[in-house]
Amino acid sequence: MASSPIMSEGSAPVIPAHWRDFVALTKPRVMTLVVFTGLCGLLAAPGHIHAVLAFTAILCIAVGAGAAATLNQWYEVDIDAKMKRTANRPLPAGRMDRQSALHFGVGLSFFSVLLMGVATNWLAAAVLAVSILFYLFVYTIWLKPRTAQNIVIGGAAGAFPPVIGWAAVTGDISALPVALFMLIFFWTPPHFWALALFVKTDYAAAGIPMLPVVSGEVVTRRQIWFYTAVMAVAAMAPVLLRLTGPIYGTAALLGTVIFAILAFHVLRRRESDPARMAPEKRLFKYSILYLFLLFGAVVIDRWVYA
Amino acid sequence: MTPDEERQIRGRQKSRAIVTGVLLGALVILFYAITIAKISGGH
Repeated sequence: MASSPIMSEGSAPVIPAHWRDFVALTKPRVMTLVVFTGLCGLLAAPGHIHAVLAFTAILCIAVGAGAAATLNQWYEVDIDAKMKRTANRPLPAGRMDRQSALHFGVGLSFFSVLLMGVATNWLAAAVLAVSILFYLFVYTIWLKPRTAQNIVIGGAAGAFPPVIGWAAVTGDISALPVALFMLIFFWTPPHFWALALFVKTDYAAAGIPMLPVVSGEVVTRRQIWFYTAVMAVAAMAPVLLRLTGPIYGTAALLGTVIFAILAFHVLRRRESDPARMAPEKRLFKYSILYLFLLFGAVVIDRWVYA
Repeated sequence: MTPDEERQIRGRQKSRAIVTGVLLGALVILFYAITIAKISGGH
């Protein structure tokens, strides 16, 4: 764990950050979905992996995600300070110095990638390294402050875990993990923009060009609908390509129809008061359940029909 | 530095040292288990 100075440049003492703040930097709640999709990629892969090595692979995915979240907060401390939702994080709240966060994030990155390489294989480690670097350099530093399409391309960072889990078992990347990558990739825009609709004022205050801030709510609602349609194709692709069987097919069809109904409801609304955005919040919450449902179905399907 | 601040700093350092120790212990067990899994041809 990185150290904190006891004395600042002036004479006032600086209290070292609490270990709980280091844990908070890794965003454990966001990690749940990353770990779950990584675990599903691992469980759906053909072949055998020792339980200890499987556990280590998932641990590395979790630690890698924590590292990326830490480095994101290290870079965005000024932005986080301007948003109500993020102002109480350890760095903007002043409970930790930036250097400690940087050391912690870089340390976790190297640790997760090296341990993944040693325990499983170097392809899985390389994809893990790419996902961390992509999240930091492509999404956080390059796209997020510059374009309203930031999360469309940046969403790829969150789509890597099933590929990593699969590669940890097989040592290669075949069609199904790529299909799962595409599913998360096209799921991210409607998921994130549903959230951005009801926290728009926060992003505006921080100067982040989120789609509702730059192009308005009507365009955002249309884009949510467009990407829901593309996501529906990605969700059905594993069935159409005969990579999965009817269990996944049924789950994907039912889950996607519900998703589309909720997204259509969001498309038709013209509400701009965040307090009255129940359908948008419903779509956001359901989108998380949807991903859990489809990835769980992939694993069950592969186990039943393998 | 006031005695209260010093007490708080020492408290933080102690809790961080304990957590670091626990993590290092867990890593020792993990690396041992990985070694055994590798030797037994588990991959």
